Amino acid sequence: MNSAPAIEVAELSHAYRDRQALRAVSFEIAAGEIFAFLGPNGGGKSTLFRVLSTLMPPQHGRVDIFGQSVVEKQFVVRETIGVVFQAPSLDKKLTVDENLSQQAALYGLHGAQLRQRREEVLQQLGLVDRRSDLTETLSGGLRRRVDLAKGLLHRPKLLLLDEPSTGLDPGARSDLWRYLQQLRDDFGVTIVLTSHLLEEADRADRVAVLHRGQIVAKGTPAELRASIGGDSISIECERPAELAAKIHQQFGFEVSVIDELIRFPCPDGAAGVAQVMQEYSDEVHSIKLGKPTLEDVFIVKTGHRFWQAEDAAVAS
Amino acid sequence: MLQNDQNNTTTMVLKPTPWRAAAMLSWREMIRFLRQRNRVVGAVGQPILFWLLFGTGMNRTFDVPGQNFSEYFVPGTLVLILLFTAIFATISIIEDRKEGFLQAVLVAPTPRWSLVLGKVVGGTALAVGQSLIFLVLSLTLGIRVGFADAFGVAALMAVLAIGLTCLGFVIAWKLDSTQGFHAIMNLLLMPMWLLSGAFFPVPVLNAGAGWGEMALAGVMRINPVTYGVAGIRQLMFPDLVDGWSEVIWQPSLVACWIITAGFSSCMFLGASRLAMRPTRGDLL
Repeated sequence: MNSAPAIEVAELSHAYRDRQALRAVSFEIAAGEIFAFLGPNGGGKSTLFRVLSTLMPPQHGRVDIFGQSVVEKQFVVRETIGVVFQAPSLDKKLTVDENLSQQAALYGLHGAQLRQRREEVLQQLGLVDRRSDLTETLSGGLRRRVDLAKGLLHRPKLLLLDEPSTGLDPGARSDLWRYLQQLRDDFGVTIVLTSHLLEEADRADRVAVLHRGQIVAKGTPAELRASIGGDSISIECERPAELAAKIHQQFGFEVSVIDELIRFPCPDGAAGVAQVMQEYSDEVHSIKLGKPTLEDVFIVKTGHRFWQAEDAAVAS
Repeated sequence: MLQNDQNNTTTMVLKPTPWRAAAMLSWREMIRFLRQRNRVVGAVGQPILFWLLFGTGMNRTFDVPGQNFSEYFVPGTLVLILLFTAIFATISIIEDRKEGFLQAVLVAPTPRWSLVLGKVVGGTALAVGQSLIFLVLSLTLGIRVGFADAFGVAALMAVLAIGLTCLGFVIAWKLDSTQGFHAIMNLLLMPMWLLSGAFFPVPVLNAGAGWGEMALAGVMRINPVTYGVAGIRQLMFPDLVDGWSEVIWQPSLVACWIITAGFSSCMFLGASRLAMRPTRGDLL
């Protein structure tokens, strides 16, 4: 067994002509993990994905995959990784089988080995009865599965997926996650994916939040939620700014107002709700007590609401 | 559902071979082409239509000793079929990029020249195959070509097709829309064909030639496609061509081979070098 981490990145920076996409990012991903990079569009995920998938060489810093540099050992690295892009990389005019053969030729699989592997992945992904269909006739969910089959054909130790849930309905999405978890559990494949969906990141073993080219938080979803502690209280009311100021002054909570909604973390949620209601019950329309979500983590770590950050990134 | 498989945890021994990858990519070009009927019709139908219309319309006014326009236009039509097929084959690079297929090729453990080779071999095979269909059709008109000469025509067409496919590749590699390709085709590729002696002969320059004629004759002589057309014509009509030296400029057959082969080699090197460098387009 190779004891090197699946991915080791040190001080990775990348700039496009006028925009710094990654700023000295460092992290390590252990073999056998399901790791998700979470962040709004424009946060640096796509750039990171391009570098990890060897589509683009790193500008600054070092990237090793299973102990091999993506620059010096590019082809060795390419043989160990399977890449599933956001846009399915299928030839629509070819059948499922033909697409797999095409991929096999690129990875040096042929003959009996190819036939065996093709049967295996078709079985694994439930594509056997669609193998002779042109991929242009398949639904989005099935195409994603063919794409996954392509990525897995050469038995990669690391599977990279860029926004794998894009264009999938909830059923297909949960199927996809079941495959990914089984791949990891049964075959020990390390899985690294990017996502802008909070609920998706929650299913990963570990999550890193990418914001403006930096990792602002990293850990298991539970750790991340615990890092901001206690409970989360959100309040709907007539004049949120005013009430927020009063709550902050009186009880000292770190209050933020986002989309007319007051939101703050609170070590003891029940007591916090009681305090607020005692003083301001006539102003409050509704008050909600909950455990912090990854969205709260994002807000606390970046000072932005998740979707607002996305809009800002798109606008800039 | 995933089936458990004991072998799956063992790492596979992969032996990527660029030649095999290229062979697969060229096979893909051909399958794609044959599955898109409209492309087949467009690439062969339009040149044949041109040949029928121009041949009929210009036969009376065309004045080259011993030949009518329908016959004169056969080598030009062959090259037009080569050009159209080569272009349609390489235009697919732009679609491959847009549809995401290319990305998967770019992150595979295969050098990029095998991508170029695959496209070029596929495009060339299609182009020559279609031209040969027309060549056989033209034989029914009473044009007599010996077996050895027909073989020579096919070989020269193959060499020229490599050059034209690589030229298409070079143009398509940096473009992000097929509309852009059509613009370049009208501005560069069609004039290249028109000024190759395909449609009207390369004039012989004598003392009475004006500036315009000098310029035209000059451009036609530096156009590499001229040598392909001239070579095919000499292989098809060896006896006639000898008597034309007073009215039509003709390079020697050896020059035709050398210049066509040189053009194709340069274009292939150019295409491979271009593909080697990562471009912004890789990231579309």
